[in-house]
Amino acid sequence: MTFSADSYFASVMGEFESLAPATKMQISRRSLLKLTGAAGAGLVLAFAIAPDAEVAAATTSKEFAPNAFLRVSPDGSILIYSKGPEIGQGIKTAFPMIIAEEMDAAWRDVQVEQAPINPKVYGRQSAGGSTSIPNSWDQLRRAGAAARAMLVSAAAKQWKVPEAECTTGDSIVMHAASKRQAKYGELALAAATLPVPDPTTLKLKTRAEYRLLGTRVSGVDNRKIVTGQPLFGIDVAMPDMVYAVYEKCPAVGGKVKRANLDAIKGMQGVKDAFVLEGNGTVSEVMPGVAIVATSTWAAFKAKAALQVEWDESSASRDSWTGAVLEAQKIAKQTGKQSITKNGDVDAALKSAAKRLEAFYSYPFLPHASLEPQNCTAWFKGDAIEMWVPTQTPERALQGVAHVLGLEQDKITMHQTRAGGGFGRRLVNDYACEAAAIAQKVSAPVKLTWTREDDMRHDFYRPGGFHAFTAGLDAKGKLVAWRDHFITFTSDGKSPVTGGNMPPAEFPLLLVANSELQQTMLPLMTPCGSWRAPRSNAVAFAVQSFIHELATAGGRDHVEFLLEIFGEPRWLPPANAGALNTGRAAAVVKLAAEKAGWGKPMPKGRALGLGFHFSHAGHFAEVAEVSVDAHKHITVHKVTVVGDIGPIVNMSGAENQCQGAVIDAISTMMNLQVGIENGRIQESNFTEYPILRMKDSPQVDVHFIQSDFTPTGVGEPAFPPAAPAIANAVFNASGMRIRSLPIRSQGVSI
Amino acid sequence: MFKVNGTEHSFEGLDPATPLLWVLRDSLGLVGTKYGCGIAQCGACTVHLNGQPIRACSTPMSAVEGQSITTIEGLAALDGRAEGALHPLQQAWIDHDVPQCGYCQAGQLMTAAALLKTTPHPTDADIDKAMSGNMCRCGTYTRIRKAIHAVADGGAS
Repeated sequence: MTFSADSYFASVMGEFESLAPATKMQISRRSLLKLTGAAGAGLVLAFAIAPDAEVAAATTSKEFAPNAFLRVSPDGSILIYSKGPEIGQGIKTAFPMIIAEEMDAAWRDVQVEQAPINPKVYGRQSAGGSTSIPNSWDQLRRAGAAARAMLVSAAAKQWKVPEAECTTGDSIVMHAASKRQAKYGELALAAATLPVPDPTTLKLKTRAEYRLLGTRVSGVDNRKIVTGQPLFGIDVAMPDMVYAVYEKCPAVGGKVKRANLDAIKGMQGVKDAFVLEGNGTVSEVMPGVAIVATSTWAAFKAKAALQVEWDESSASRDSWTGAVLEAQKIAKQTGKQSITKNGDVDAALKSAAKRLEAFYSYPFLPHASLEPQNCTAWFKGDAIEMWVPTQTPERALQGVAHVLGLEQDKITMHQTRAGGGFGRRLVNDYACEAAAIAQKVSAPVKLTWTREDDMRHDFYRPGGFHAFTAGLDAKGKLVAWRDHFITFTSDGKSPVTGGNMPPAEFPLLLVANSELQQTMLPLMTPCGSWRAPRSNAVAFAVQSFIHELATAGGRDHVEFLLEIFGEPRWLPPANAGALNTGRAAAVVKLAAEKAGWGKPMPKGRALGLGFHFSHAGHFAEVAEVSVDAHKHITVHKVTVVGDIGPIVNMSGAENQCQGAVIDAISTMMNLQVGIENGRIQESNFTEYPILRMKDSPQVDVHFIQSDFTPTGVGEPAFPPAAPAIANAVFNASGMRIRSLPIRSQGVSI
Repeated sequence: MFKVNGTEHSFEGLDPATPLLWVLRDSLGLVGTKYGCGIAQCGACTVHLNGQPIRACSTPMSAVEGQSITTIEGLAALDGRAEGALHPLQQAWIDHDVPQCGYCQAGQLMTAAALLKTTPHPTDADIDKAMSGNMCRCGTYTRIRKAIHAVADGGAS
């Protein structure tokens, strides 16, 4: 079965794509290489040569640069460009590993640099939806394999032996029969004169031949990170740089009526203060007051003294408490829209031996990346140079071009490492603001959001509600499932980003009689993709309710889930990016086995299971939890089993899973933002208490390395953790958690 | 006058209420110390004041007059280590591939280094207690704990 990148994107990246108006590439990954070659400077048609002058020049003089992804120098050093944004997901290590593997390069010879932003050469350059690996897998393998083939060809010509008799490994070409060998560096100049092979004809390694992929490789930026070297957007410094802050209306949509600009301009260190009207696009520039100062602190201090009178006549008046009341009121009504309907739910419920109802809810969340939003911009008359920590540099280019009315070729944009993404930096409002401020300042300017700005001006994970009704037959088998999903809309037509449920959501396609209804409540608050969009919340509700059903039917949770999965098949069919019930069953079985499912436990301590499929990853997790008489919860251990195909970097993949589980515990236990009168109620970590080390459990990670195309791991380990813990809490104490965060119900961790 | 990583600096004319964090980052170009919250909640700005871990975002310049500051950029050179050598904790962070986004790790390392000075062989509880002022949004706690133990068990400090 082939991996369909397009349908995969359509299924997991709906929200991501809906934010990207212009440049979805309408080419397959295989033809991408040809296309980039055709668009390149033309040294060899079949393969990409960067139009970037520096790279192209290097190709013809003193280095071997068969494509825009790598260069081999005569001294043996191998420079690999990582094309995608690094936001903590480890892609800057994983991408070069894929190239190095096919190239048979020794990892110690490899140096990694961030690629320039140039989608014509590199294809998609973005980080979102855990799609970096599946979308680039073929492209990067062929880039590496092409280099290897040319190095082999150079050696074979030199030695006058058939290429087929040459082997490679550890940055060396060998010819066993004549006992000759040459290092890649020694072959670099000869290889540079050879034609680049047609990438589609290259023979790629089988998994059994991997030497680097699947091993544990430490992150390529780790040395710089632990020694405090500048890496992040917020670390950018320029000569004569000034520092900016930007104050927007706390209720989205508010405009500046008046502000004490004169008083602010008179403050120590303040160079200027002015109003920006913005363009009214929340993902670009909303109205506000910019302050430019000689230091970040002077700007922060002036911001604290800033008094703005806002015109809130068309601003948000959203209320979370109002939404909760409304959702509770309409939960039992029929949903306004029917998203999908299979079989006859009403009839099945009528004849069911047992019928269960439950109401689940979860709150709004900010992303709270630890590096606040920031961007450095230097406006130079008719052009601008920018340094942006973003997940979507291509989209940042479009936004800045739109805001400034510049052609994209007048914008030079550099990708920096980002101190966390989690979906926040899919939107580039902060970059657009920096560009708009820079246009009014005759110096490089660094815009830094305060933590409070960051928490109050996000694109939030939408809260939501599920009113479930389900039926079991006399044997405790699930025969009817109805979910009345209550979500939000900002346009009255479709749900907000991250607040949608597709007809294929688990377990709709697996229950003979199933229905998904939807009612949308109006909302102005901006919403966005948040680590494992939709799944991060839906998994808690769905997988908890499935456990309720298993319990009501007197069934073992593992068996009940396996019965729902049924025979191994793809759902929807013929798409390797879809749920595969065989892979699902395998991760559930292994998680149960590894966690000791069924083992005797002391009173007040129990295991709980959660499964979820998202972002093409199948994950099952088992939590071991204690609950004491004061409703204090201790999570002792979480066992994670995932199937994302072959693992690229074992260390990175494991780290992502451990982090996702800890993130999920943090979120389910403690985290929410309220909204009242359009205003986000929380503003800093005192009110948004991210989990600390003392409350973080042991997380054991196991992978089933199936032969399917590898898929991403930044997100899919997150969703099953909350239901696993909630189900364990029930098993340990009889307390059923139906609303997040738990702390709002008198439970503590 | 005050010392940063062994070098003396003077900040005459500067508002004495300015937090140390912004002097390090904006004036001295030592950007390893990070801004995360500005209210001593996240620990990303942790530096040593005379060997003690403090939050630079909430420490005014008036409080560091005549004192000695060590930042992440100066951690490796502590204890007279040769240039280019790493503090054992920094090496352990690399060996255990601790970082994800990496933004909090300078603060985590400064707190861990101070812990091992006072408690060379910490228990899990010691580590949890010392490190709980340092948030990691990516959730690398499991590996931080492991890396600290590895250094403590290795006898290095």
